[in-house]
Amino acid sequence: MSALLHQIFSGLAMGGIYAILALALVMIYQATHLVNFAQGEMAMFSTYVAWEMIDSGMPYWAAFALTIVLSFIGGMLIERIVIRPFAHAPVLTIVIVFIGLLLIFNSVAGWRYSYTIKTFDSPFPDKRWFGNTLMSSHESGAILVTFAVLALVYAFFRFTPLGLAMRAAAQNPASSRLVGIRVGWMLAIGWGLAAAIGAVAGMMAAPIVYLDPNMMLGILLYAFAGAVLGGIDNPWGAAIGGFTVGVLENIAGAYVVGPEIKLSVALVIIVGVLVVRPSGLFGRTLVTRV
Amino acid sequence: MEALLETRGLKAFYGPIQVLHGLDIAVQEGGITALLGANGAGKTTTLRALCAMVRREGAINYGGAAMNARQTEDVVRLGIAHVPDGRGTFVDLTVEENLRLGAYTRSDREAVKQDFARVYGYFPRLEERRQQQAGTLSGGEQQMLAISRALMLRPKLLLLDEPSFGLAPIIIKDIFRILRAINREDRVSMLIVEQNANLALDLADHAYLIETGRVAISGPAAAIKSDDSVRRSYLGY
Amino acid sequence: MTLANDTPTALSAAAIAQAGSRRLQRLAMGVFCIFALGLPFVASGYHLFQFAQVLIYAIALLGLNILTGYNGQISLGHGAFYAIGGYAMAILATKFDVPYWATIPVSGLICFVAGFLFGLPALRLGGLYLALATFALAVATPQLLNYRGFDAWTGGSQGLQLGKPHAPFALPLTSDQWLYFLCLVCAALMFWAAANLVRGRIGRAIIAIRDHPIAAETMGINISFYKAMCFGVSALYAGVAGALGSIVVGFISPDSFGLFLSLSFLVGIVVGGLASIWGVLFGALFIEFVPNYADQLSDLFGESAKALPGAIYGILLIGLMYLMPTGVAGVIRTAPGLLSRLFSRPKRV
Repeated sequence: MSALLHQIFSGLAMGGIYAILALALVMIYQATHLVNFAQGEMAMFSTYVAWEMIDSGMPYWAAFALTIVLSFIGGMLIERIVIRPFAHAPVLTIVIVFIGLLLIFNSVAGWRYSYTIKTFDSPFPDKRWFGNTLMSSHESGAILVTFAVLALVYAFFRFTPLGLAMRAAAQNPASSRLVGIRVGWMLAIGWGLAAAIGAVAGMMAAPIVYLDPNMMLGILLYAFAGAVLGGIDNPWGAAIGGFTVGVLENIAGAYVVGPEIKLSVALVIIVGVLVVRPSGLFGRTLVTRV
Repeated sequence: MEALLETRGLKAFYGPIQVLHGLDIAVQEGGITALLGANGAGKTTTLRALCAMVRREGAINYGGAAMNARQTEDVVRLGIAHVPDGRGTFVDLTVEENLRLGAYTRSDREAVKQDFARVYGYFPRLEERRQQQAGTLSGGEQQMLAISRALMLRPKLLLLDEPSFGLAPIIIKDIFRILRAINREDRVSMLIVEQNANLALDLADHAYLIETGRVAISGPAAAIKSDDSVRRSYLGY
Repeated sequence: MTLANDTPTALSAAAIAQAGSRRLQRLAMGVFCIFALGLPFVASGYHLFQFAQVLIYAIALLGLNILTGYNGQISLGHGAFYAIGGYAMAILATKFDVPYWATIPVSGLICFVAGFLFGLPALRLGGLYLALATFALAVATPQLLNYRGFDAWTGGSQGLQLGKPHAPFALPLTSDQWLYFLCLVCAALMFWAAANLVRGRIGRAIIAIRDHPIAAETMGINISFYKAMCFGVSALYAGVAGALGSIVVGFISPDSFGLFLSLSFLVGIVVGGLASIWGVLFGALFIEFVPNYADQLSDLFGESAKALPGAIYGILLIGLMYLMPTGVAGVIRTAPGLLSRLFSRPKRV
């Protein structure tokens, strides 16, 4: 029983990371109806940036904050420079561009930081918190960080004028321009936020999965599964989906399919949900207009 | 009286297709001008051209200065609010959020608060449904919301695209009464596009009849209304 | 009068042009055939192996281009079907003693069924979702091939070792030469089939589905059937290519079938040109030789050279989408003059 609980709780810790990355995916999906295949690699690159700063002696939380800021700027620049020219391109073209970005980030990371696996220390103290024996301190800390991110994102979109403007721009660009919202910038800010949130996911994942240029590939797949499961147009659905996938993955890995083919769990969830209920658990059904 | 808004030779295009062929219209400071005409004459396009929502050529003067170079996002910053064709409701946002967006470009928080009270005063129904998703409102309520959203800008000029479209007569009457009040009390100038000529001519002081992208007839609203030949050939009643 | 005079002149001019372009086309084909047939007698064993690999990739790319280029269904998981073909061949040959040449069509058929079955649910998914599902397939493939439950068949992470086949009928060819010719014959057949497929009724239907799905449906085209068939056919091509790959390499293991392979295929059709038959040859040359040359640069860059193919691919994908979304074949096709006639058949009047 305690073994099962242990699996569930450490599943929740990874699930939180999937939830954050899924949230980043949803953020771009809501504004553009596209899924950013490079989101994971962007997060991986941010994590290397953090590692470099920590390695050069910067305190962890300073590096953490600076990485988030740099990722935000980087995400905005990518939108403005790389993505913007394809604003009206067909889906196939944009998917190819995303794959191009994925390859570029992956190889630039390999080039700059080498393909050797690195350790990435956890910022959380080594002793277990509050007598919590079910999770390591990093797992508890990662869950706390996840909740902090979710709360901040919620507050941003719910209570700030900029958050409101971004929601408005995503759902009705024409009307948004009429009330004075600069829709193009809202998209860029959306990319920046997604990159910043993704960076948090990367930094929380690195102590668990170790740092290497391919570290986010599996995580991205689980985040896809989480987003699809919860409904890719619904941020909170996607977050719940991320947690669910984390737990399912861990339990399936431990008791059903074995740890070595855990990724197939994500594949099955993605294909299964898309076939049975394409809108996900909490998403809206899309209707094709003739 | 001096013209607040004036166009000279305004042309507008949808892709390669020209819709306006040199339109000269004016809205007087504090006045209400009506644009009348058949379907496809270019009334909605005129409003869109003013807000740079379509490709356009020609001169547009506003408050004595040219505003041709203004992008859509910047036109509002001149105090021009547009109640678009189809109402432009943000259906997933609440009524209150829709109104907050109307005041998006303003930074005078206290005055915005007052304006909330003011539009809720005009349309108490909206206050009742403040927290409701705007998409769940009825057509009449969405039109009220669209007008209120525009008023939240505290505009100098209000562009109204068929405010009576698809509404029950009793609601239309209500909305037009409020428009008149807004014009008198707040000195908001208006340019109104309407299918329902009678209604528009009652409200407006000046009117233009547009035919295939050109002004066919213009004059004081009362004169146009009483001119039998105009009425028969253009307004069809 | 002028009209009566003009018409025959114009016609004969067109006829001359057409005959000219046919002659040029035949000439180009001739040159290509001489090159392709003569290569084994001038190139060394390793280079021959590389060109065999080019032909194999070209077959796989042809399949992906039918699906993605012509039918507009985005697949990021083509490598998975290539893997299935490769493993089908290896398992049939090592566990069932099926002669290697017979495994090629069987692998193709197995992949056709696999692709058709994967295509059935995929039908319901629009462009982006299909990309998601196939991406997941590509990422999960190496893990699935590694699955311990299949070890007895797949050899697990060790993979399977195959013998190198020799030329039959006492033909005076080395093993490498023979394998090259085997790939050439298969490639010729597959190209012939693909060219006929996309030019015919079926081709028009799948292109119509890509460009005007709703109109296609109202015209009575059974969209679901054609889409699933496209998926099956594209998998069949991948399967044949995968089987040939196993034969030529003589070894198979899960590591060769990661996401990078699937993305390489995407790069191949983008470089060669979406919806082009002959363009896939350029694409295949590209994805065979770029990683190869990058490897040789490792003297200069050290271990970082490993990153080079990915970086080149990534920049190229974005750059090509930006500059010439029709790819190399498209540029040649639109370039005026001689070259244009080599790669596009004259339109029938």
